[in-house]
Amino acid sequence: MTNEAGAGLVVVGASLAGLRAVESARRGGYTDSITLIGAEIYLPYDRPPLSKGFLAEGASPDYFLTEEELRTELNVDLRLGTFVDGVDTERKVVTVGDQEIPYERLIIATGAEPRVLAHLPAIDGILTLRTLEDARQIRDAIGEGSNLVVIGAGFIGSEIASSAQARGATVTVIEAAPVPLVRAVGEVVGKAISALHGRNGTRLLTSVQIDEVIGTDHVEAVRLNNGEIIPADLIIVGVGAAPATSWLADSGLEMSPIDGGIVCDAFMQTSAEGVYAAGDVAHWPNGLMDSTMRLENWTNAADQGTQAATNALFSEKAKKYETVPYFWSDWYGNRIQFVGTAIADSVSFVSGGPDEDKFVALYRAGDRLVGVATLNEPRRIMKYRRFIAERGDFDRAGDILQPATAASSSR
Amino acid sequence: MSDVHTEAARMRIVVDRGRCTGIGICESLAPEHFEVSDDGSLLLLSETVTDADLEDVETAVRSCPAKALKLEVI
Repeated sequence: MTNEAGAGLVVVGASLAGLRAVESARRGGYTDSITLIGAEIYLPYDRPPLSKGFLAEGASPDYFLTEEELRTELNVDLRLGTFVDGVDTERKVVTVGDQEIPYERLIIATGAEPRVLAHLPAIDGILTLRTLEDARQIRDAIGEGSNLVVIGAGFIGSEIASSAQARGATVTVIEAAPVPLVRAVGEVVGKAISALHGRNGTRLLTSVQIDEVIGTDHVEAVRLNNGEIIPADLIIVGVGAAPATSWLADSGLEMSPIDGGIVCDAFMQTSAEGVYAAGDVAHWPNGLMDSTMRLENWTNAADQGTQAATNALFSEKAKKYETVPYFWSDWYGNRIQFVGTAIADSVSFVSGGPDEDKFVALYRAGDRLVGVATLNEPRRIMKYRRFIAERGDFDRAGDILQPATAASSSR
Repeated sequence: MSDVHTEAARMRIVVDRGRCTGIGICESLAPEHFEVSDDGSLLLLSETVTDADLEDVETAVRSCPAKALKLEVI
């Protein structure tokens, strides 16, 4: 490709989406310079374990690559602990302090940052979880006999609750909504999987809020709006995340008025030529699901980062990024999996039920199967993912529940 | 990073059972080779790779969240 002297690919955000973009660029044969800029001081690491395995005593961070692999094998100019101040899409430079880094193509993969609750006091013992540093602090505080209050019964909050309970902490999960996880999996399945907390010894309180955090320098307890006081050595706030795009305020890039995410086209290109986005920051029209979405999950970050770089650098291989969303979550030894979308006309259980330890729930929109949630049914879920990708009719979805045939198991 | 396309006939899939947790992304990308079973363990339906499916299998190997898959020269 044509290239001004020194200007190559610049990737802002050194987590999964950014890393996959870099790998995709080199795999495709891109030989110009690549600069990978990350705000954290750490080499790119895997985030899902931070709320799961990493909270066990003695676990190590899961780095994707060594520094040697990044700098030498992938020939990346790696800049960690580096905050980008802005981007000028006319002059094609990103600004870091008083330095300007020119780009031919730019990929923005700065992810999301946890939402905070403004009314909580600024005292010790109130944390959110996004980074390795956050996870280390949480891990140190959830040992045997500790009291943990988790605000928000979403996936991150619930995984932390599960991990802390396994460490011997007494855990209370507080959720403002009557049913948790409605946006992610809908009301029926939200209620069903939230029941795992109670069945596994964690107290879940819904439709309640915190009126007051008690403690002077450090958290001691919380008082709920129903008057109850719950002792707390640590409060984790898990009330969702918002796109990390404040550094783009003056960029002129089109942003979502709803959450500040970056508006992309079907190829993951932003409103500025040569600037792409991927991962938790990006809104894009997902042709496979006929809707515009922004996803905060591992699978999407990896795949979108890969495709965004391909589209940015190799026009002959460019294609629309389309996916059947997929995420998984592990609570108390149970595997929750979801494919597709929860925006549906109806939800029905075709195997097991909402009070059981295994189930398959199907989401129907019009004549189409658009989503599937499973609890402890790992053999089913990916067959449904393919079925949804093929725009399968809801009426044929039951075929997938047939037991494995001799033919399919001996292939 | 060994993404050099080698002759598929000489490649085989290796699963690290200690790492695999049955997340299943491999199955959705290359169902002729991978299937997660009811207990979450991974079945290798076909260990060897053909030229026709090499690309899918390579993508599946690369996409494993647990880094449990690799391709090995026979």
